[in-house]
Amino acid sequence: MSKRPLWRATSLIAIGLSLALMVMAVLVNTITLPQEYAWLRILFGISALNFTLRATVPLVLGALSGILCERSGIINIGIEGMMLAGAFGAFVAKVATNDWPLLSSLLVGVLAALLVGGFMGLLHAILSIRFRMDQIISGTVLIILATGFTSYLFDRDAVAEGKFSALHIPILADIPVLGRILFENPPLTYLALILVVVIHVALFYTRWGLRTRAVGEHPRAADTVGINVNRYRYVNTTIGGMLAGLAGGFLVLEAVGQFQEGMTAGRGFIALAAMIFGNWNPFGALGASLLFGYTQALQNELLLAGFTTVPRQFVSMLPYVVTIIAVSGFVGRVRPPAAEGKVYETEAH
Amino acid sequence: MKFRVLRQLGQTLLLPLLALLTALVLGAVIMLLSGDNPWEAYRGLFAGALGNARGWTSTVRRMTPLILTGLSVATAFKAGLFNIGASGQFLMGTIAAVAVGVNFEGLPMVIHLPLAILAGALGGVIWGAIPGLLKVYTGAHEVIVTIMLNYIASNFVGWTVYAGGTQGQTPGPLWDITAGAVSETRDVLLSAQLPYIIGPPYRVHWGFGLALLIALFVWWLLYKTIIGFEIRTVGQNLKAARYAGMHVNWTIVRTMMLAGGLAGLAGTFETLGVNHKFAPTFTGSVGFDGITVALLGQTHPLGVVLASFMFGTLDAGGTRMQFDSGVSADIIQVIQALVLAFVAAPLLIRTIFRLRRVRHSLDTTPSARWGGLV
Repeated sequence: MSKRPLWRATSLIAIGLSLALMVMAVLVNTITLPQEYAWLRILFGISALNFTLRATVPLVLGALSGILCERSGIINIGIEGMMLAGAFGAFVAKVATNDWPLLSSLLVGVLAALLVGGFMGLLHAILSIRFRMDQIISGTVLIILATGFTSYLFDRDAVAEGKFSALHIPILADIPVLGRILFENPPLTYLALILVVVIHVALFYTRWGLRTRAVGEHPRAADTVGINVNRYRYVNTTIGGMLAGLAGGFLVLEAVGQFQEGMTAGRGFIALAAMIFGNWNPFGALGASLLFGYTQALQNELLLAGFTTVPRQFVSMLPYVVTIIAVSGFVGRVRPPAAEGKVYETEAH
Repeated sequence: MKFRVLRQLGQTLLLPLLALLTALVLGAVIMLLSGDNPWEAYRGLFAGALGNARGWTSTVRRMTPLILTGLSVATAFKAGLFNIGASGQFLMGTIAAVAVGVNFEGLPMVIHLPLAILAGALGGVIWGAIPGLLKVYTGAHEVIVTIMLNYIASNFVGWTVYAGGTQGQTPGPLWDITAGAVSETRDVLLSAQLPYIIGPPYRVHWGFGLALLIALFVWWLLYKTIIGFEIRTVGQNLKAARYAGMHVNWTIVRTMMLAGGLAGLAGTFETLGVNHKFAPTFTGSVGFDGITVALLGQTHPLGVVLASFMFGTLDAGGTRMQFDSGVSADIIQVIQALVLAFVAAPLLIRTIFRLRRVRHSLDTTPSARWGGLV
């Protein structure tokens, strides 16, 4: 039980970081700044924070995907592949239903992303549970499969028409600075943030969550009290795949509007890093994703502002350096679920 | 005695061959389902890769980096380490070799070329040492660290050749001023280019010969020396290795350095032999290909060379296949992924072909030490 405070610590970082960004944004945008402090506008402007949120969504969804799989004991290196497959599924479904009313067509896209992602998750589970493939290698297989399949099947002439537009939440969106950052976003962004809360509650306050964690920490004990270890792993990995697929769907249906080959561009790996940095904890993962999203936004804003002292390549290295520092335990030890990566077999009755 | 060796060989080859066969059949099914003609595609593929001199030389040229990245991943596997970082080490090797290759005008080739190769190897060694050291001293899993180092490397090399921005950003140190807005390096000086075995238009360079020699060296190192014995023991049973008084930590670091150096050499030979300069757009899927080749080659140096030949054939034939049959060359990547899937899960092949036992030599499972060193 001594691990508990550590989880809270990472969640606190997440909340603290978001609050700090918000407060700075409000201050910077309401107070008239003297000329020499104008650079603060670049760091905490509304566009920077909007960009942060947009960059955070696929990362946090990917990280949640990883959390669900890994909490039940299945290592998920393949988030990147699941994400790419989900994006492709969403794109194909969107193109096929271009004639439909926009909203229903987009919803079909979301469904397809979930479906394809879920299928990838199931495949990962089958390979690593039924066929006892090493889970890291199985994840690698997923990535290569998804890359190959999506570029082979991708029809370069296909065009998806329309994407999710911002949902203006009444009253809240009219709050001066915060409203434009938090309450004027497209629907999948809200969904991602809600899912963080839902999965946190599900993992730590429900019977299902307790069992999932038991299966990931000590499958033998879980089995002894009658929990079907591998069934939990199948279900969790499939749901995890769906979340990663949703992240891909977000890219196609909300962020970009089209599919591009290899469009996930390493987001699955950063999501993996966010999961580890967040210590396998939903709010921790949100905090880490925000941090990584913010470095991406910063890179963008600095470029726009013509800031050239630090080359942009070094700014974009930051998330990866931070992750290495995190897994090396220089900022508080992270600890993966104990039974991760191990095949579980029930003893003969 | 002789028969036993033959039977063992047959058993060892059984899994990769069945995996390849199954993947090709499945690839054909996929092509059929998407309305392509697999017969035409495969004919174009093999005609393109092995039908004439151009095809063969192209296959051989593509084998070179595959052999080296495959050896890199395979060597790490031998010590129970999973090196996903081959592409980062490849890049760091490339950029180090280019840095030496474009400078030092006037050096004779006998000094300049070895110096450039050495620099490339060193770039990879350093990039491989980092995950090794972090694993030993902090328990950080090498899979995460090498993935992150891949991105750091790609940003780093991107910066070294960066052409600068429209807003006056400083260009990178290796950027070719005459290239205008294009981010790329100058050409490697003639004295640092790998000479051709078979010259243009075929462009088979001596990197291929060196790669074969290196494969032989790695085999010797792994199976005939104490260092190799230690590497394999650490991979098979870490506790036993420690109990036997082996330097487990040093072995892990050393193996990662070796793996990094091999991948670095892959990049080095690619630049000094084929591209003669570096631009960020040159990097393909080298790292992941290395993993597949290593597994397909059953992590044995000789197997890696054979597997590289198979993969080189697929890569080289892809273009001709697309030209002849109109089937997108991307199907090659699908087939390669399927090969990896089948070769990494012997149980799959066993189930499909109803075999009782399939011999596979991947006795290490990278995920076993996810939580750090035991």
